[in-house]
Amino acid sequence: FYRTRTRTRTQIKPDSVNSVISASAAHLLRLHQRFQFLDKDSRGSLRSEDLEAALSENPIGVRIVGAFFQQETVDFPSFVRILAHFRPTEKNRTRDGVQPDPAVGRKCPSSVAFQLYDQDRDGKISRTELLQVLREMLGLQVTEEQLQSIAERAIQEADLDRDDAICFDEFRKSLEKVNIDHKLSVRFLE
Amino acid sequence: MAALWPLPLLLSQRLWACLALTLPEEPHDGPPSAGFDAGRVGPSVDLPGALRVFSLDYHHVQAPFEIVLWIMLASLAKLGFHWSGRVPAVVPESCVLIMVGLLVGGVVYGVRHSAPPTLSADAFFLFLLPPIVLDAGYFLPGRLFFENLGTILWYAVLGTLWNVLGIGLSLYGVCLLVPDSLGDISLLHCLLFGSLIAAVDPVAVLSVFQEMHVNEQLHILVFGESLLNDAVTVVLYKLFESFLRLPSVTGLDVLVGGLRLIVVGLGGFFVGLFFGLVAALTSRFTSRAQVIAPLFVFLYSYLSYLTSEMLHFSGIMAIVTCAVTMKQYVEANVSERSNTNIQYFLKMWSSVSETLIFVFLGVSTIQDIHMWSWPFVCSTLLLCLVWRATGVLLLTAVVNKLRRNAVTFRDQFIIAYGGLRGAICFSLVFLIDDFPKKRLFITTTIVVILFTVFVQGMTIKPLVELLDVKRKKRALPTVSEEIHSRVLDHLLSGIEDVVGYWGQHYWRDWFEQFNKRYLRRFLIGEHHQARSSILRVYQELERREQQGGEEAPPPVDPRPGGRPLLPEEMDSIRRILSRNLQNFNKKQTPAYSRHTLHQDGSAKTALHRHQSLPERHTCSRSALCPQRAQGEFSKSYRGRARLSRSHTVCSASPRRSDPPDSVDPAALNPTQPSDPEPAAEEQQSPLHRAPVERATKKQLSFVLERETHQ
Repeated sequence: FYRTRTRTRTQIKPDSVNSVISASAAHLLRLHQRFQFLDKDSRGSLRSEDLEAALSENPIGVRIVGAFFQQETVDFPSFVRILAHFRPTEKNRTRDGVQPDPAVGRKCPSSVAFQLYDQDRDGKISRTELLQVLREMLGLQVTEEQLQSIAERAIQEADLDRDDAICFDEFRKSLEKVNIDHKLSVRFLE
Repeated sequence: MAALWPLPLLLSQRLWACLALTLPEEPHDGPPSAGFDAGRVGPSVDLPGALRVFSLDYHHVQAPFEIVLWIMLASLAKLGFHWSGRVPAVVPESCVLIMVGLLVGGVVYGVRHSAPPTLSADAFFLFLLPPIVLDAGYFLPGRLFFENLGTILWYAVLGTLWNVLGIGLSLYGVCLLVPDSLGDISLLHCLLFGSLIAAVDPVAVLSVFQEMHVNEQLHILVFGESLLNDAVTVVLYKLFESFLRLPSVTGLDVLVGGLRLIVVGLGGFFVGLFFGLVAALTSRFTSRAQVIAPLFVFLYSYLSYLTSEMLHFSGIMAIVTCAVTMKQYVEANVSERSNTNIQYFLKMWSSVSETLIFVFLGVSTIQDIHMWSWPFVCSTLLLCLVWRATGVLLLTAVVNKLRRNAVTFRDQFIIAYGGLRGAICFSLVFLIDDFPKKRLFITTTIVVILFTVFVQGMTIKPLVELLDVKRKKRALPTVSEEIHSRVLDHLLSGIEDVVGYWGQHYWRDWFEQFNKRYLRRFLIGEHHQARSSILRVYQELERREQQGGEEAPPPVDPRPGGRPLLPEEMDSIRRILSRNLQNFNKKQTPAYSRHTLHQDGSAKTALHRHQSLPERHTCSRSALCPQRAQGEFSKSYRGRARLSRSHTVCSASPRRSDPPDSVDPAALNPTQPSDPEPAAEEQQSPLHRAPVERATKKQLSFVLERETHQ
């Protein structure tokens, strides 16, 4: 589970990071360079403004930052830890032979996606939350009425217990066909 | 048995044609005798002078008549196939068509004692192949294709090279082993033969895989490979052919050949791209002549094919690129009806082409010019299978390291086993310069094609079920799936942005931005807005449901597209509504002529930006609505405006003079909130309207049903 500790020419402490995830030194170095690039004021930690600046073109950029990088300041180990959620799954498991500790390892991919919608963390996606996401993504392309009907339809499709909101199980069910495990992996941490 | 009835019909037609074919060959007698005239056949009333009451002139119409007869034969065979009980479940259509061709060829041979007409390579490459490839390219699942493009190219280029060299060299080895009968086949001939026999054929693959419904990734891998390997095949074939004509081959020639491969592939790509963009631009201006809009799609695609054939580029690549490029812009620019036209024409033409190809394959098998050699034929068959299997295994082992979703062993087996050969090999082998063993090559090619189509084609379906290969999920795409997919896409490209990683999502995002900023603005008319994929799925679902009542059981439809499954509880309501809409359509469709269509178009755009189906009829339906302006019905209309159906039934609402505060969806500025209540209450209003809407939906359906009975 623990990779050999490697020394890098930066100020990160290999132990703190390597104890969390297993990753090669080259990747960590690259991530650290990126971290330093994003950290415009060179304070050693990222604020949400820095991250939002990086995601300025993304329609749900603010939402991503809010969902994942919640702390006020994000230091490098936390940065890596959060990004570790997006590692490819197979490699993770087969290499170790043992499932990484879920507390520090990958979260279930559906819950990663669920976090994006559910901003008030009440465990359900209400109609307003869905509408907000739709509005951010579709923007000026549609009328308000169309947005409402799309949201209405989406809820009708997924909402099985008729409470006009999508709870986590219903969400996971509607994601069955979307191959989420495979989709939710970025090949940068291997 | 139901299968038998078309046969007498077919046979009689063919016999008629045969007789008609043979008759002009009879020597003409000199002076016209009673009943016969030089060049006229059949009895005629004998009158003094040259007047005839009844005469028959076959020469005049011979060529088109025969062509139509062949097409008729092929189509009737197809019809018969689909009506013949359990046969479609066991035998793929291509097999039956080849058998019909064999039968007809045999009959013709028996009657005329000479070979029946064969499929000329020109006719095949210029007329029969383009519609099929165009249809395939137009309906290519774009996103899936581009996601797997690396793997597809890997299989297409390297896989084909591996197969060609492997089969060619091994066949040469076999020829060396049997010098007495095969000694005069040189290495270059073997390589040439390898190049034409190794290529997987898109027509055969399409026709067999369509009936199988394997998972989309597997389908796109096999199918994409069969489309893209055309470039490699063309290059290698022409290369070896020109080598055969050269006195000697140097290393430089091989290098030139390699460069040629790149030129052919990229050349085809760019030719297709150019014509696709021009077609998109042209479609922008077709709003006033909507009837011929589909024609531009066909003309430009065909032109791209011909141009790249003229320049000796890969025609298939050109036409596929053209179709993929122009599709989104044409779909946005052109009216709904024209879109439907394009799709139906494409399906029809490609269907006819494919049927003709297989029938002719069967007919052309009956030849005088066969030459058989057991070692050659058997070793070719064996080597084709072996080399393809090893090629797929090796290549997949390498490419799986780079892919996100690995290609499983079962999928690999299907990829290897699904490498069917078809009419392209057949035409190419006829084009070889004549040499002593050409007939052997022709026979072997025919045997390989028949083997792959019959044996592999028939057994692949049971094998897929036996191996439990992942199948395609048949359900309708839902809006929530689309929404979640998009959110995930944005999430992943966001993460890639944060990490600074130029991955797949980054490039896809970059292309979307480029598309939005430059291409769409240039190529799509002003009044057609850009639509997100979520909106497209949503509107497609709506349109399908509305049309669900209109389209009676679909006619013989070989292309995929099973009936969508609708959720049970909404099913009846939607059917009632669409049936009623259909009745509205029938009652109130004004007759229209070609020349007045554009006036309808302008009425449409003034009224709506929704791309729903019976928009033309909203004007006429408004006559009904004011009568319903009492009490609960008007509320129901207002309430229903929130719902999906609103833009069809209630599109009349902007034209009504009464409640102006009700929803005025599309005629106005999109950013204007159509909701008169302040935004703060928005959260409550949809919630508390939902039960009202559901109740009013049922009321409305009863209203409409009652109307139809009046």
